[in-house]
Amino acid sequence: MTDDVLERIRKQVESNPVILYMKGTPEFPMCGYSARAAQALQQCGVEFAYVNVLMDPEIFENLPRFANWPTFPQLYINGELVGGCDITLELFEKGELQKMVREAVERHRAKTGEAETDGERQGG
Amino acid sequence: MSETVEDPRVQMIRERLTAALRPERLEIIDETARHAGHEGARAGGGHYIVTIVSPAFAGKKPIERHRMVYDALGEAMHKEIHALSIKALAPGEA
Repeated sequence: MTDDVLERIRKQVESNPVILYMKGTPEFPMCGYSARAAQALQQCGVEFAYVNVLMDPEIFENLPRFANWPTFPQLYINGELVGGCDITLELFEKGELQKMVREAVERHRAKTGEAETDGERQGG
Repeated sequence: MSETVEDPRVQMIRERLTAALRPERLEIIDETARHAGHEGARAGGGHYIVTIVSPAFAGKKPIERHRMVYDALGEAMHKEIHALSIKALAPGEA
């Protein structure tokens, strides 16, 4: 059971160049920190995936352990945890987030074409 | 001698961060009251904003610095603390 969910998380972060684990959705965020992280990503102008952890109790419970990171939101770029809301906004304000997500999406496209991904899509 | 009585949870955060990271500056703002009625607040966890300047952060990436703060706080991250906003700086950084 637990191994399954860890495998599911691994697949999600590996198949999506940019993925945000958040409370609620970008349109209807359920937490101020998730809202701000999603908004910064939307302003980067690229497509990103998200998982609403409130709708997925297994991920809600297991992702902090998988990531060694206790809170949500969690942003992953190229399969790697970048950080939570504070770090996401810090990078956005420095103009680094925009570059990171653009490069990740381009790299992913070059590698896979437009492959199927696991996780919902949010247009940027 | 006058002493300000600090909220016990803020005191706990201050003690743990001071012991683990020897900060040059440590500021803890308790925002719990602003989040009353919020889902996490109802469960009893507080909301805090921490600004911490420590030589331990020199040469470390943001994610490593935040992990050091989380590690120092330990299990409090899941009990007394519902949300924590962190600004972790090395001395000399803006």
